[in-house]
Formats: sequence, structure tokens, C-alpha cells
Amino acid sequence: MTSFFIRKYTIQSLFIFIFFILVCNLFYIQVISEKYYLSANNNALRKNYIFPARGEIVDRNHKTLVKNQPIYDLLVIPNQVKNIDTLLLCSIVDIDLKGFKTRLHRARAQSNYQMTIFERQVPIENYAALQEKLFLFPGFFVQPRTVRFYPDSVASQFLGYSKEVKQSDIDKSEGYYKLGDYIGKSGVERSYEKELRGRRGITYMLYDAKNNPKGAYQDGRFDEAAISGKKLISSLDLELQKLGEEIMKNKVGSIVAIEPSSGEVLAFVSSPGYNPNLMVGKKVGNEYMALNNNPYRPLNIRPIQGMYSPGSAFKPLDALIALQEGVIFPNSTFNCPGGYKAGNHYVRCEHVDGKIDLRRGLARSCNTYFCQIFAKLILKNGYKNQKATYDLWQKKVRKFGIGDTLGIDLPFEKSARLFTSENYSKRYGKYWGYTNLISLSIGQGEINTTPLQMANIMSIIANKGYYIKPHVIKAIGEKKLISRKYTEKHYVDIDTTHFNSVIDGMQDAVNMGWGTATESRIPNIIMCGKTGTVQNSHGKNHSVFIGFAPRNNPKIALAVIVENGGYGGSYAAPIASFMTEKYINRKVSNRSINGSTLQMYKDANLLPKIKTKKPSVTTPQSNTTKITTAKNVK
Amino acid sequence: MSNNQPKNFFYNVDWITVLLFIALSAIGFFSIYATVYNPEKMDGFSFTSSYGKQLIYILSGLIIGFFILLVDMRFFNALAPIIYGVTVVLLIAVLVVGRNVGGNQAWISLGGDFKLQPSEFAKFSTALLLSRYVGLLNPTFSDVKSILIAALIVGFPMFLIMRQPDAGSTLVFLSFMFPLYREGLSGYFLLVFLGMITLFVADFLIPIYVLIFIIIGIGGLFIYLNKRKRNTIILVALACICYLFFVKFAFNHILKTHQKTRIELILGLKQDSRGSGYNVIQSKIAIGSGKFTGRGFLQGTQTKYGYVPAQSTDFIFSTVGEEWGFMGSFVVLGLFLFLLLRIINMAERQKSVASRVYGYCVASILFFHVFINIGMTIGVVPVIGIPLPFISYGGSSFWGFTVLLFTFIKFDSNRMGLAK
Repeated sequence: MTSFFIRKYTIQSLFIFIFFILVCNLFYIQVISEKYYLSANNNALRKNYIFPARGEIVDRNHKTLVKNQPIYDLLVIPNQVKNIDTLLLCSIVDIDLKGFKTRLHRARAQSNYQMTIFERQVPIENYAALQEKLFLFPGFFVQPRTVRFYPDSVASQFLGYSKEVKQSDIDKSEGYYKLGDYIGKSGVERSYEKELRGRRGITYMLYDAKNNPKGAYQDGRFDEAAISGKKLISSLDLELQKLGEEIMKNKVGSIVAIEPSSGEVLAFVSSPGYNPNLMVGKKVGNEYMALNNNPYRPLNIRPIQGMYSPGSAFKPLDALIALQEGVIFPNSTFNCPGGYKAGNHYVRCEHVDGKIDLRRGLARSCNTYFCQIFAKLILKNGYKNQKATYDLWQKKVRKFGIGDTLGIDLPFEKSARLFTSENYSKRYGKYWGYTNLISLSIGQGEINTTPLQMANIMSIIANKGYYIKPHVIKAIGEKKLISRKYTEKHYVDIDTTHFNSVIDGMQDAVNMGWGTATESRIPNIIMCGKTGTVQNSHGKNHSVFIGFAPRNNPKIALAVIVENGGYGGSYAAPIASFMTEKYINRKVSNRSINGSTLQMYKDANLLPKIKTKKPSVTTPQSNTTKITTAKNVK
Repeated sequence: MSNNQPKNFFYNVDWITVLLFIALSAIGFFSIYATVYNPEKMDGFSFTSSYGKQLIYILSGLIIGFFILLVDMRFFNALAPIIYGVTVVLLIAVLVVGRNVGGNQAWISLGGDFKLQPSEFAKFSTALLLSRYVGLLNPTFSDVKSILIAALIVGFPMFLIMRQPDAGSTLVFLSFMFPLYREGLSGYFLLVFLGMITLFVADFLIPIYVLIFIIIGIGGLFIYLNKRKRNTIILVALACICYLFFVKFAFNHILKTHQKTRIELILGLKQDSRGSGYNVIQSKIAIGSGKFTGRGFLQGTQTKYGYVPAQSTDFIFSTVGEEWGFMGSFVVLGLFLFLLLRIINMAERQKSVASRVYGYCVASILFFHVFINIGMTIGVVPVIGIPLPFISYGGSSFWGFTVLLFTFIKFDSNRMGLAK
């Protein structure tokens, strides 16, 4: 043994010390730190999302309004694209060579190694050819998903549309939505988004370093299946809706039909409409802009956003309140000299009727009669208390669902307008009275209603005293769930007997020779209704009809507004007649009204001429909610 | 000697060492199998795959080992200079006719798929000649001459390998410091060596004028404590300062770009997840994801799906780390440490000085490989591509380590004899 033997221990200690350091390091990265374990999962484990199909929507007879159609997104992993027949791919996907390059470039900019979208929504026709030859294009993949398809191209504003989520939607949803999800943007698609969207599926897949899929993680134990959205059964009657859209073609206006006993909306026509199939597909952006710039504003949801003076259609409501307040009786008569003078206002009648009672006043739509009862109502508590009395009156009117939204299950509903005494004081100052308000009695002046509100008034009269909030969805999925909100009866606090008197007048308006709404007569069905001819400062009068049928056990209450249609009897009443007949008899008999057949009404073009093309066309309206079409008479 | 040798060739063979060798080789085989394992494409055993070849290397290695045990002791003593000479010729040949693999001209093609890496055998022949020299002359390395001769024996192949250039294998030759230290080389050499590494690292992390200030400060303190050694201290301090400037110069003008970036990455001067640092990051992820017990054999996602580059060769330890976790890593390190300490203990029981020196050479070379290789897979030392003994894929390295180890086992089985 040399004297250097001791150095053996120095060397062995050094070895042990170094190995100890290595073990400590290993202990840190393997046992203490979580970081590397998570990074490994990031490397190899990837979540793939399966987009669920949105729920179908059917009409009240289970006919399809909107269903889903498969389409295919073409995805690419740029660094795997090698030696492909570019021209062949271009011809299959229907793009040009330049488009190919920009798409590939865009994908590269995002990631060279990960799947990114190359081309959205390859239609199924192209997909067949693509699938067959996909093996020729390494680096390209298809991902199936579904888009909306509207077999009958109807009810566009009713159904609304869905779009891919924007970043703002994702932020608002607090992480629910992810890029590539669809979200309802208007109509039923929006209001029933939670039911329609379903649940996104997740598969956990393993990938190797070159991004080739290597199968499911742990045999798919953690995968979640996609759950399709729930099916919605809407209250709409597809046949009725189709007829309504055909008949309103080339006209501006709307038709709302409600089943009075349930508050279910049977028809929801907004004209001009658009083909809902335009709102799906690759060119949706362009189509949307075109619709947005269309001077006839097809994106307006007129049944709940159009605001019209009710005009004479308001008179039954006048009568009901007056009867309930006891200021008149059904047999009370007034003298009609052909007009009514209130202060500086003179309200003219279309005809001189002389001594006239309620029934005939309604049938003849006598302005004088209703000015008289309005004056009586406001002066009930004396001249001094007119303002307070007005407030009592307007509150009674509000009970009919006027002046506020009805709470239909569709977004962007407008409340329209009804003044309070305070509003009038702001306008007229301290001194005002019934003479300032006299236009209200004939449904003009500071009162606006949406077509939905008008139809709802008819529903109240048909039900003789109550309404159920109008709604468009009858049932959700198989469970037939519906909010209690849409089964409650809202009473308007008017005795049933009073309704009979008003209904008598409305029946006469349609069915008696002296009535103003005879154009809405239907063979073998007793229709009760009221026409309105709403003055319009911008052009020809709007043609209005509201009514319900049949008189006993009413099945349908409706409001028809045809802008620039002239007298209520010239368009609105005949349209209502055809619609009602269609709904009750399931078909329209071969007949003519005012010498015109149904086809002639369909063919009529009442679109107003657009005078100045430039400003209205180029001003883009970013949101349908902003659109207000207040049609007032001064 | 041979007269006393019993008929049984395996007399006195240290079976524990042989078992350690077999255990580590088996771990290597299964780890390589795991790196190429692909459940979709596995159809039976294949001798053309890397695990199949490794099995051939292991089996042939065992045969080589067996033959080494048969060889007479005198053979090694007599042939040490010749083996050394042949190696040197091969190292020169590789510079002339060698094949370039991954930037290093380190391979000689032997036809077919097989190619030879002479640097793997240079360690063996250098160890053999060095121990022969020490055994013959018994120097204590206190004189300049013996130090110079030893430095020449080690330095010549080292220089040739550096020319390839194979920095990793070059650095392995530093491990010959340990046997020389054991035989009497001043501990100052080790201290100087450690000091050089410390200053090297400090040179990158701390501004040079601050370092100079610190050196002067420490030097001043030592002079205050021990006035007699003033001149020596001043000399050392000056040498330190010169060294600092030399490192800066060498880094900027001598090292290649990829070597520079590796050093910068390891010192944390650069963050790079896709370039040179990619290997280390992926390797750390794989090892770290094994957690305590590992994902299980053939269950490592990083291993199976090719996330760690060069995994079957230099980064084979990441497979062990991922699939067997901390426990597996600990066992592998434990086996290696056990082997190293055993070799040193065996070396100390040799009567022959040459055998002892050779034993220390073997232990030191293995230690250096294990430390650098595992250290780089977990990011504590720079990535210098040297294999993990017995475990990494590769014929030359496996045979090189086998010859190295079995020669020592042979020496040890003959430990009572005094080799001349």
C-alpha cells in the first residue's frame, strides 16, 4: 500500500457526491415538479372537439322548418404537404391557384405543424370527389360538421340565424364557447341558444412528434360524446307561413297570426324577407352585407319591430274600456254629422251616419262615435282631473299589452309607444286636455303598436277577456317543457258581456253589407274583424286588418299590415281572409275578392319606389335592433 | 504465471461485476426496444431494427468478453504499445477516409451497415498504455518528466479526436486525471482543474471587471493572512485573470456556433425551445413526466411518439426516466455507482500497479460518461454527445466499453500475479 492509498476515498467520495447531485436533480424534476408532466401531456395529448349538430326546429305539425346538413371543413398541416397535384386539389375544392397559395400561406402563418383550416364548408358535392382522392394530398384532412338547411326557405326572421362565434362572444360566455362553435344570433336560434346548441364532444388523442395521430388516450376513457341540440317544436304552421310569405311577396308589411286559446304564434310573416339559406355557407358575410344595405330592410323583424299606428283597429279597445267604465251602454247612440270637432281638431268621418249605436259604429268604423266616447272617458272625472283620468285610461290600455313588450320568446322585440300624462305634460306644458289627445280615440297620434301587439288585442277579444303571452316554441325536446310564463292567463279586467257587444260590431263589419271589412269575408266561417287605414306621411296609406275567426270558439286571431296598401279593405282584409280560410279549412277555395283571385294578390307589387339610392343604400346598419320604423301620423 | 493458472478459465472472475454488466446491457436493450416500439407496426422480432442490432452487439460483446478472459496476461503487457499504435493509426485514418456523421468525422465504414468509431477504442488503448507505463516505471508524478510522458500518452489520441472534431470524446480523456491523482499527481492539478471550470462559468455570468476585482480582493486577503507566499499568490491571481481573457477569446474565436449556443443554453444565457435547447427540453419533459413510478414499460408517450431526438443513443436515459420513473432512474444510477465503487475496490486489491492504474482508468472513464450523459439529459451539464455506457444504442461504444471492462475483469482474475 502506497501512501496515496487514502486518495481512493477522495475519489470514491467525489463519485458518490456527483451521483448524489444527479439523484437530487432527478428527484426534483420527476417527483417534486409538476411542470414536466404537464408539458409531456401538452406534447402528446391533444383535445379534439366534435361539434354537435344544432337542434332541429319543426312546425306545429312536426314538419321540418330547419334541419342540419353535413359539410366538411378542409384542414391542413402545412409541413406535411409534399408533392401534391395542386391543380387537381384546386379543381376539386373549386378555388384557383392563387387562392390555394394564399390559403396555404395563411395556414403556415398560424402554424406549420398543427392543423389549421384551409377551406371552410366544402359542400357535400365536392366532398365526395375530395374523399375519394384525399390520399393523394398528404397533409390535408377533412373535419365533418353540420350547417343549417331550410328545406322550404321560410320564416327567416322567425328562425333567425347562427354564426361562428366571435372573440367577443367567447369572452362573454366565460369560456363556454370556443373558436369554431356556432351561436344563435337572432330569432329562435338566439332565444333558444341554450337548448339548440347541444354539448360539444371531446376526444383525447395522442400525437407523435410529427403530429401523426396515434390513437385514443387510454382507450377513450376520458372522451365525451357530442350531444346534439334539443329539437324544438314551434307553434308555427308551415303551410300558413308559406302562404303568408307568398302573398306578401313584393309588399312591405307583416302578418301575425295567434291561436287565442294558447297564445301560440301560427304565422310570423315579415316582408320583404330573405332566403334563410343565404345565411349559411361560405359567402354569408357578403350576403349579410347585401341584406343589410337593401333599402327595404329585409333584416327588420317587422312583426315585433315594425311600429304602426293601429288606426281604426284600435276602436274595439275604445269601446271595451268605455263599456267597462260605464260611460256608454251597447245601445247608447251618438249623432254623426260626418265628423267630430274637439277644440281646434276636426276628425272627419268617411260618411255621414246620423244617429248611430255601438254595433253599427264599429261596423261602419265611425270616427265620431269613438271621439265621443273617448271624450266621455277623459272627462269622466271633470275637466280639472283630465290628466289623472288620462293616466287611468292609459293604464287600462296597457293591460292589453300596448306600450310595452309582450315578452315573446324572440329577441329584439320593441315596446312601441303609449304616452303617460307626464309625457304629454312635457310636450304640451301644463295645460292640455282631451282635445289634444282626440286622435288617440281612432288609434292615431302618440300611439304605436307592433303587429304582434295588434294580433294580441284580437286574441284578447276572441278569448273575451284575457290573453296568454304570445310565444313561438310549443315544446322543447321530448319532454314538452315550456315556461310557465307562456301558460299564464293575463286578464284585462273587462267583463265578458262587454266583449259580446264589441264582437257583434266586428262581426257586422265583416259580414254585413254596411261593414267596412267585407273583403275579409270567408264562406261558411264567421270572421270578426276591423279594418284600419293608417295615414302615412311618407306616402300611400297603410292597409291594416285585425280580426279573429270563427266567432264561436275562435281558432285564429290575426293582424295584417300592408304598407302603402291604401284602404284596410283593399289588401289587408282580403289577405286576412285567405289566411284564415287556409288555417281553418287547410285550403283556400277558388274564389275572388273584389274581383281579384288569390294569385292576383300574390302578384301585386306594392314596393315603394326608392327615390334616393345613394344614402340609404350605403349606410350600413350594423344591428337589427337599431332599426325603428315608426310610422306616425302627425 | 500461466503455469499456476487453473484449467477453469473463470477462476477468480468477479461475477458481481459481470452481473452488473449484464444487468445494464439488459436495461439498455429494453430501453432501445421501447424507443422504437410502435404497436401498429410491430410484427415479430427484427434483427434489422435498432433493438435487434443491439441484441447482436450484446451477444457478440459477451463473446468478446469471453475471449478476453481466455487471453494470456502477457498478451496485454506485450501488446499495449502496439494496440495504442494501431488506434493512433486508425484515428489518423479516420481523419483522412472517415465518414462524416452529424458534423463529426469519427467513423470508418466497414461495409454494409456497420461502421467503426475508433475513438471508442482509443480510451481502451490509452488506458492500457498508461497503466503499462506506470506499472513499469512506478513514477509518483512529482517530477516534470513523468507528468509530461503521461500527458503525452493521454494527449496524443486526445488531440487527434479533437481534430474530428468530437468534443465529447475529447473531454472523456480528462478522466485520466483520476488514476494519475491516485498514483501521486499533486492534488493541485485537480484543484486547478476545478478552479478553471469555476472561473469558466463565472466568466459568462459575471462581468469580467467585477471578477478581476474579486480576484484581487481575495488575493489581497490571502497575502494579508500569509505574507510569505505573497509572490505565489500574485502569480496565481495573474494566471486567473489571464485565463478569464483567454476563455473570452476562445469562446468568441475558436468555438463553433453550435458549441457556443450549447454553452450559452446550459448557463441559462439563452432561452431556446426549438433550436439547440430542444433536445434537452424534450428530454427533461420525458424524464420529468415519469414521476415517481414511471408510466410503465412501453407506455411512455414521449418515448413512443418520438418527442426526444437521438433518444436511442445519447438520450437513452430519458426512456428510463419516463417509463420507469424516479425509481428506475435511481436503480440505474445505483447500479452504475455500485459498479464504479466496486471497480475501485477491485483496483485496490491488485498486486500489480499496472492493473490498479488500469482499474482506476476504467472507473474514471465510466464515471465521466455516466455523469456527463445523465447530466446532459437532465440539463445540468452542456450537451456533449457521449453515450451512456452499456445502455446507449451503438456497436462501437458497446464493444468499446465491453473490452474496457472485461480486460479489467481479466486483470482482476489474475490479481495475485505480478504483471511485469
